[in-house]
Order: sequence, then structure tokens, then C-alpha cells
Amino acid sequence: MGLFDKLKKGLQKTKDLLRTDVRDLFKAGELLEEKHIEDFYARLIGTDMGVEASKAIVTELREKHLGRTVVIDEIWKTIRDKLKSLLKGGEGTLWDVNNKLSPLKLAPTGTTVILVAGVNGVGKTTSIAKLANLLQSHGKKVVLAAGDTFRAAAVEQLTLWSRRLGCEIVTKAASSDPAAVAFAGCVRAKEIGADVLIVDTAGRLQTQQNLMKQLSKIQRVIEGQIPGAPHEVLLVLDATTGQNGVSQAKHFSEAVACSGLVLAKLDGTAKGGVVVAIRQTMSLPVKYVGVGEQVDDLELFDPEGFVDALFEK
Amino acid sequence: MFESITQNLTGALSFFRRGGKLTEANIREGLEAVRQALLEADVNYQVAQDFANRIADEVVGEQVLKSLDPTQQVIGIVHRQLCELMGPVDHSLPPPSSEPVVLMLCGLQGSGKTTTSGKLARLLQTQGRRPFLVAADLQRPAAIDQLRIIGEQLGVPVHTEVADGNNAVRVCQNGVAAARKADADIVILDTAGRLHIDTELMQELQQIDRKVNPHQILFVCDAMTGQDAVNSAKAFNEALELDGVILTKLDGDARGGAALSVKAITGVPIKYIGVGEQLDKLEPFHPDRMAGRILGMGDVVTLFEKAQEQFDADQVAEQQKKMMEGKFTLVDFKSQMQQIKRLGSLKDIMKMIPGMGNLVDAHPDMDAEGDMQRISGIIDSMTPEERVNPELIDLGRRRRIAAGSGVEPSDVNQLLKDVSAMAGVMQDMASMPMWKRLGAASQLANTFAQNPGAQIQAPQKSTVMSFDEKRRLQEKKRQQRKDTKKAKKRNRR
Repeated sequence: MGLFDKLKKGLQKTKDLLRTDVRDLFKAGELLEEKHIEDFYARLIGTDMGVEASKAIVTELREKHLGRTVVIDEIWKTIRDKLKSLLKGGEGTLWDVNNKLSPLKLAPTGTTVILVAGVNGVGKTTSIAKLANLLQSHGKKVVLAAGDTFRAAAVEQLTLWSRRLGCEIVTKAASSDPAAVAFAGCVRAKEIGADVLIVDTAGRLQTQQNLMKQLSKIQRVIEGQIPGAPHEVLLVLDATTGQNGVSQAKHFSEAVACSGLVLAKLDGTAKGGVVVAIRQTMSLPVKYVGVGEQVDDLELFDPEGFVDALFEK
Repeated sequence: MFESITQNLTGALSFFRRGGKLTEANIREGLEAVRQALLEADVNYQVAQDFANRIADEVVGEQVLKSLDPTQQVIGIVHRQLCELMGPVDHSLPPPSSEPVVLMLCGLQGSGKTTTSGKLARLLQTQGRRPFLVAADLQRPAAIDQLRIIGEQLGVPVHTEVADGNNAVRVCQNGVAAARKADADIVILDTAGRLHIDTELMQELQQIDRKVNPHQILFVCDAMTGQDAVNSAKAFNEALELDGVILTKLDGDARGGAALSVKAITGVPIKYIGVGEQLDKLEPFHPDRMAGRILGMGDVVTLFEKAQEQFDADQVAEQQKKMMEGKFTLVDFKSQMQQIKRLGSLKDIMKMIPGMGNLVDAHPDMDAEGDMQRISGIIDSMTPEERVNPELIDLGRRRRIAAGSGVEPSDVNQLLKDVSAMAGVMQDMASMPMWKRLGAASQLANTFAQNPGAQIQAPQKSTVMSFDEKRRLQEKKRQQRKDTKKAKKRNRR
């Protein structure tokens, strides 16, 4: 399978939807009317990219093509270019598509710490397993810290994964302080000279202020143990999330200064369009996307590739 | 919950208020704003469109335009349309019989099925049923352990089997048989999360449906889901004929637009909502109350029900008597605080009171729970006499109380002042008729919204004094002057 094949497969539904829409709505040779544009707007809303982004695209369409004869390829180009510019945000975040680790800021020496956070049920633990697998396949020595001490059996879930992956895991009893688990993880990682420590956290809604403070504390504890850490704070986002994703990104960034997003569960019919809305309101790039249930179904996110996958023939 | 819809919709409705008169033009402007507010809240495009159109049809009718207060009428129409959009709901379950009632939960991954199974079991327990859980999620690692632990916490029996090489249909069949043996009258099947486009796994659900024949199939849906919620609900409904939806994670700032869309598109009503992580945070869904909350009209009915569940009627009656007499002491204050705490977080309570909701939004960092804890700490550090008779508290005692509760002496002072002022306010309010009381309360709320640090002001008494009062006041002032003179003398020495 090629590099983007899985990503493309994950986005197949969205792609089909948009492509057929464009073909159905805009017929070559006809005049482009307001009615067509309003219909297309409805479909864009359906991708969860938000009212603002959808309006931006529709406005562009209106300016360039309204009242003219439809040339499908030109309409395509307008939509694609606009979407790309929306996704890249201010500073175009681009990384080496051939090196899957390139989005991660790894420590030059010593242990790199990756803190993973997100709301309940977005797929944090599974994403951690996938990330650990990716790092291991690149010859990194990985330690996991089971920081979700709240949800029943969350520690067991991560422990099962660590056994499958054959990496070490640091655990503490249920309902112990997650910061203590992070601390123990740092100690253990330094002890055995691990390359990467991935710290799991319990799912929390971004409006629960006490829990958000707890998250900041975990970050401080990690920083106290390993200077400069955590090197990456990844926020896991469910691809089916609607406009609430923007609120999640905002609040989590306030608490722990997120460095990037992982878009999980992009294998449904979900569009993951909310990343466009997030990119519009803040400069948080998507680093990885989860595109399947298997442990190696984690792909690097590349805005160019994402849009091309959406529109490719 | 639903804050964003509330905010946006209130903003949109304010379009109608401009200029005080409704014209076709500002109706159209207002409805466009309503539509956009709904879309931003993840409401399905078609649903938002239809909703705006239906309101337009009603509003443009002559009667509204000519009525005395058109704005209120528009809000009334929106309220009724919202109720129709989300309702009606039938919460009833088949009555207990010799055969256990079987409920099946299904949904996407991570929507909260396992937690909801536990919450539902607890809710049924409180209704006097004997629930039984079946762990049929063989996919996610440790899902079975999770349900087993929840069952232990609740004291509800759980049927579990090994996951590897097993099949969910068999687990469900065995589970129902085990429930029969355990003399349970209601069985909850916790199935694995699955995508609605995963044909193989959807067939598994259909198989369970055929073999076990559950009385009700409930679809668990994450309130944060975007536009895809409708698609998945539709697909599950086509495969299984859903009886209801349980909307989870509504305690965050999710806009819950899915809630508005699912019923409209599939016709399946929302039956329960999950409003917190604890196992007792599952509530029956009431469309009319939710519509009230969405429009910022508060939800006094739910608050009242909660209060009735939690409050001790005799205690309340006694407190009210004391308030009327102005004999409200620190002891009463504390017991009242404890009663309120039982209702849930203060923020949640305030949101249910009309007019108080924006107070919460205006001060997001308000730490009401912390304040309450500090205050009860201060009261706990007082002697029983001091609590009944706070005039006893002089400088020395104040220092002792402050040291005992870890606050500054000025905090103690503040509390004493507040409580005595509050006693005054309450006495006044108690003598008011009910409708005036509500007005006074919302006035109080508005004062706080503008100035949260403000002290409660003792009500201004009428300036017309009786002869006795005048004399007493003069006497008091004279005494004060004397005291200050004495004090000055002492200081000079």
C-alpha cells in the first residue's frame, strides 16, 4: 500500500460525497446559479468544517464563478486552493512525508516525553498504542505511563496493549494521583534509558476546571523531572466531533499548551472537517490521523495530501 | 450544557427586538441568524432550514405582527417548535413480569456505552428494579473489566465471559439466562462500539436482536458529535429499529445540536441524558424543560424535583419560619449550605434558575464550591454559643476563629456581616408575596452579575422613624461619640 492509500481509504466516503456533489450540483455548460451554491454550502456544512470555513469557500465560489458557465475543473481548483489555504493557516506547517516521525519534536539527547490528552472516549489509549508502535518500528525504546487512574479498567487496557507491543509500562493503583504515575514514568524512563516516554491521561471534558488544573500539574511534574519536557503535548480529537472540537482545542491548549492534534477514528463516514475550523481559529496543526482499528493504522497528516485525497480522481 | 445554542439563539432572537416592532425585514434577518446559530451548534442543515422556515410561517402570520408584544410571541413560537422538534418522549419500561426485560445499548466507539450501562442500572435500582448487566463488548481491551468494576461499585451482578474466540451473540444469550437464574427483572446488554458502515459488526447486532429479542434498543450518542450523528443514528435505526437515544457527555460545553437533529430525522426520541462522570449522573430527558434551558428560561421544574428528593421537609419549614422572624443564625446558614450541596454543583443549580444562567457565564472562574467550604470551615471553628449569638465575637475570638479555619480575620468579619445582612433580606423576602420574591431574587442575581465581590446590602429601611427609634438612634450616636473621645484619650497616653 502506498503512503497515502490508507488515508485515502479513510477519507473515501468524504471524497465520494464531495465529488459526486460537485458533479451533481454543478453541471458543465450550465450557468452557475445561487441555488447551486446554496446546495453546495449545505454539503460543506455536512463535513463539519464549520459555518465560517464553509462561507469562505462559498464566497470564493460566488466571486469567481457565479453567473458564469460551469467548467468543472476550474470550480474544483477554486475549492481545492481555498481549502488548502484554510488548512495551512498562517505559517505553513509542512513536514517530510517520507519520515513518519518528522512531525514529532524529539529531544536531541535523553528521553523525549509525549503527553497525550483529550476528552472522554476519543481514542486516547488506542492512539497511544499506535504511536508507541510507530516509534518502536523506528527503533525507539518506548515506556508507557498509565496515567488514566480514573476510568474503571483503563490501566488494564493500556497494560494489554503494552504486552502486545512488548514495551514497558509504569502503572499505579486505580484512583491514585495521575501526576504520581507521570513522575514514576519519568524516573523509570531515565533509569532504563528509554528514548520516548508516552504519558496517558484520563479523558476529561474541557469545561471541568479542576481536571484541567490536574492536567497542568501533570505537565509541571514532568517538567520538574526532565527539563524541557514534555516535548510534545498531543490532543486527541474524535473525527466525528463537531464544532465542539474548537472549544476542546482552545481549552486544552490553555491548560497544557498543546503542540499538535491527533485525529482519531477517521475510518468512518466522519469528515474530520472540524480540523479546518480549528486551524482557522488557532495555529494548532494536525500531526497524525488514525485511519483504522489495527495498531499500524496511524498516518502522518499532511495538509496538501489531505486535500488532494479529498479531491483526487 | 447547550450554552452555545442558548447564547447564539438568544443573540439571534434579539434581532426581533430591535426597534420594538416586527417588520418582514427584521423577521427575515432574525431567522437567518437563528439558522446560523443552529448550524454553528452542529444541527443538521436540513433540520435547521426546516426549523427556520416553520417559524417564519408562523411568525409572518398577521396575529403575531399585530399583537401587543410580538417579541414574546416569537419566543413562544420558538419554544413550542423546539419542544415539537425534540419530543414527545415516553420513558416507560415494560412492567416487571416473570421474564426479565432486556435492554440493548449500542453505538459508535467511545460514545460512552459501558459507563451508561452502569448509570442506567443505577437509575433502575433507584426505581426499585433489579438490574443485571451483561458484558458483550468483546472488542475493546479491558471493556469487560470496566463493566465488572462498575457492577461491583453498584452492587449489580454482571455476566462476563472470556473475550478471546468468543462471540457476542452467545454471551448475550447466556447473559439473559444467567439473569433469569439470578432473579433479576431487567437486563442491560453492553455491546461493543462499532461504525455504522461496518457491515459485519452491524450484522452481529442484528443477530443479537433476533436471538435475544430485546424489548428496547437504545442508541448511545456522544453530544459532541458533529453532522455525522444523524447518519449513524439513521443507519443504526435502519438496521435495528431503535426505541430511544441516550445522549452522553452533555456536562461539557457541547452544543448538542445532534440532540435537535436526531429526533427530527429518524423520529427516535432522546430518552435519557448523561450529565456527569459519576454513576448517578443520568437523567430522563424532558423536551419542554430542555427547550426552556436552550432559550435561557431556566428549568425550575427540574430544580424543584431535585430539591424535593433531597431536602428534609421539616427542616425546610423550620428554616422558613426562622427566616420570617429574622432569626436566621449561622447554624441555619450552614445546614442550608449543606442541603444545597446535595443538589449538585452550584453552577448547575444556578443555570436552572431563570436569569441566573448568565451569571455563571459572566464569571467562569467562580469557585463557589471552594467558597462554601471555606465558609463552613469558619463556622465549624466557632463555639456553639458564637454560632447562635455572633455578637459575642470580639477581636480575640475573631483571631482564634480565623486561625482555626486558616483564613484572615477580615474574612470572618465579612461572613458575619454577610449573614446578618442576608437575614435582613430574607426577612423582607419572606413577607413578600411569591411573585415579588422571584423579582427580588433576580434583582439580587443581577447585582452579582455586575459586581460579584459585592457585599450583600442590608435592605434600606424606611426613613420614617417612630419616636422611640429616633431616640434610640440619638442615644446610640451619643454613646459612639463618647467612646471615640475616650479612645482618643487612651491613644494619646
